[in-house]
Amino acid sequence: MRTRSMVFGLTILPILASLLITAVLIMLVGADPRAVFEKVWEGAFRDLRSFSQVINFWIPLTLVSMGLIVTFTAGLWNIGVEGQMGMGAVFATWGALTLQLPPLILIPVEILLAMLGGGLWAALVGILKTRLKVHEIFGGVALNALANIASIYLISGPWQPAEGGSVRATPPFPADALLPPMSPDFGVSLLALVIVGVVIVSVIVALRGTRWGLQLKATGKNARSALLLGVPTGRSAMSAFIVCGMVAGIAGGYRVLFTYGSLRPLVSGGIGFLGLLVVLLVSIRALWVPLVTFIFAAILGGSTRLKVALQLDASLAGVLQGFLVLAVLFSNGLRERWRETNPAHLSETDIKTPESLKADR
Amino acid sequence: MPRKLSLLILLMFIAVAIAPVAAQDEEFVFGMILVGPRDDNGWSQAHFEGGQYVEETVPGAKMVYFEKLNPADAPETTLLDVVTEMVDQGATVIFTTSDEFEEDTAGAAAAFPDVTFINVSGDDAYTGEAAPNLSNVMGEMEWAKMIAGCAAALATETGSISYLGPLINFETRRLVASAYLGARYCYENYAGKDPAELTFTVTWIGFWFNIPGVTLDPTEVTNDFFDNGADVVISGIDTTEGIVVAGQRAAEGQSVWAVPYDFAGACEQAPEICLGVPYFHWGPVYQNIVSEIQAGTWEQTWDWIGPDWMDINNPDTSAVGFIEGTGLSEEDKTSLDAFIAEMTAYATDEANADTFFLWEGPLSYQDGTEIAAEGEKLPAVAPLGEAPSVWYLEQLLDGITGASS
Repeated sequence: MRTRSMVFGLTILPILASLLITAVLIMLVGADPRAVFEKVWEGAFRDLRSFSQVINFWIPLTLVSMGLIVTFTAGLWNIGVEGQMGMGAVFATWGALTLQLPPLILIPVEILLAMLGGGLWAALVGILKTRLKVHEIFGGVALNALANIASIYLISGPWQPAEGGSVRATPPFPADALLPPMSPDFGVSLLALVIVGVVIVSVIVALRGTRWGLQLKATGKNARSALLLGVPTGRSAMSAFIVCGMVAGIAGGYRVLFTYGSLRPLVSGGIGFLGLLVVLLVSIRALWVPLVTFIFAAILGGSTRLKVALQLDASLAGVLQGFLVLAVLFSNGLRERWRETNPAHLSETDIKTPESLKADR
Repeated sequence: MPRKLSLLILLMFIAVAIAPVAAQDEEFVFGMILVGPRDDNGWSQAHFEGGQYVEETVPGAKMVYFEKLNPADAPETTLLDVVTEMVDQGATVIFTTSDEFEEDTAGAAAAFPDVTFINVSGDDAYTGEAAPNLSNVMGEMEWAKMIAGCAAALATETGSISYLGPLINFETRRLVASAYLGARYCYENYAGKDPAELTFTVTWIGFWFNIPGVTLDPTEVTNDFFDNGADVVISGIDTTEGIVVAGQRAAEGQSVWAVPYDFAGACEQAPEICLGVPYFHWGPVYQNIVSEIQAGTWEQTWDWIGPDWMDINNPDTSAVGFIEGTGLSEEDKTSLDAFIAEMTAYATDEANADTFFLWEGPLSYQDGTEIAAEGEKLPAVAPLGEAPSVWYLEQLLDGITGASS
């Protein structure tokens, strides 16, 4: 019982601490922290319209985070997730701009294309890693840049509208190519929500209850031992990349097929990197992902109103978010240290060794 | 029954509390949406200060702004979200100050038919695609770019001028071409040199500002310019790398100069080597629009607004200007003033309406296609595909080194 309240405290405290630090900062720049938090709250939850903005950011963020749960479980730093989103967006854009199909077929095809784009881009990172021994961080960074260059090239070249135009985006997609919103007031795609739900459940189930999930965990904990114990670690890593890439591809597709309705440069917008942060924050516990991404989406989405209404510096929400991350990491560190000095509290489930995984099987 | 009564009393209280707020609410709120930071010393700052000008000159005017609206800096929000918040703050007119916002502004204009939208640099109102509550406005920067080119040609000692280009589209092509025409004219007529020996090169970095790993790095590109014999850089991008690098080179003892862009205060980055800056002055333009809306006389237009030829730097009347820099020698300053006087005489002559100075035949595209025969003036704008025009310039002009597409 004492342990549980301790753990709970260590989860809630950092949130309170970061709110407090941000409040002090806000007062230092001469603003009223209550007004700031009020505006963020209103900006996120005032009405259906503002809430839909939150959900529209939550969807891609949750998707990439769930994808990253898979790669992190396999012990892989999939920095390339941004590029995988970007390529998902590019592939979906190709479908939206060129295919002439009835919406009932076109939209699923676009989503499959997005998965293909993200999956392919992730597979490249995987091949570099497993075949050529290029660390996934380097491969990922390079492929992120390539994905951005490719999308800017396509926007300013082949997909430029006939009349020239701004070259800041492709022409808007035809209405049939876009995901329909649930209602004019609640501009959220039902299909996307369903996909997010399916992805969350599938990732949790796959990691907990399948041989594949166990192999990923074994690879992640200790690839060498896992290999010696007969786990095909190369194949596990490859499959983790591809699954993550496909999910990130959907997120990228969502950005173009719903959020913007056209392809724009840097359409992934750092959401992939934010996803990395989320997964580190929740210590790779999949169940926590939807909640934490929701908090992030609410703070960031709500900050639009903050900026417009109070004209505070645009990065304030980022500061709050940064403190939140620092505080959680700090408390995670404290928790680790507390556990180390109190080994009696170590439970079986806390530490999984390849051996215990094997026993699980 | 008592419950209903208390509800009624409560409602009355609320009404009383709200009424005075509504009554004293004579302020006129307008929205300003920026693609970059409001203090970028370039494109976005020029708009932001235009908004501040309206606040200062129109009684009761109050600006609400949103800076850095682009997928990378604000992935969590869209133009429609920002517009919704601004309308909620009481905004009745919203300026969307980038061509990047063109499509989204059309969507927002449809969603909020009672709000007036002004999209800067788009062409929807010209092509007839725009909703009735949406106008376009742009400044005739071409004039000021010709002056920029002239200043560069007067200053260059190596006869090699470089243009730091953003990405390639109609707008950027015609601005590069304008600078080139100004440079060629002054190199021949004021500097007294052979225009055939003038080198004018453009390098496109790929976007309006530096995106590390994606665009060419404008700092590196500018260094390359100087390493390859150019001694003047004319900037066409949203940010200040061109003049910053030129300032560093000058500090090392090199004879180099820069012409920055967009924002009247841009020379401050390195005043000693700044030849001058072609800039937008949105204040009077925006003030005019706001006043029309207040008076109820606003109508949809596609405006391409030139300088005030009485004084192109008059802060209360001119939409476009050129501030001469301290890097300009006395002699060159005299020549440049004479050039501006020549241009003014041209522009104020009725016979030259809807054309630009120096945009006169023989003019051809880079591939040799003639777009204006000897003595023929190229129209400022003509429907795309029907006739060549300055607005829809499809290639760079013959004589410029660099990519047209």
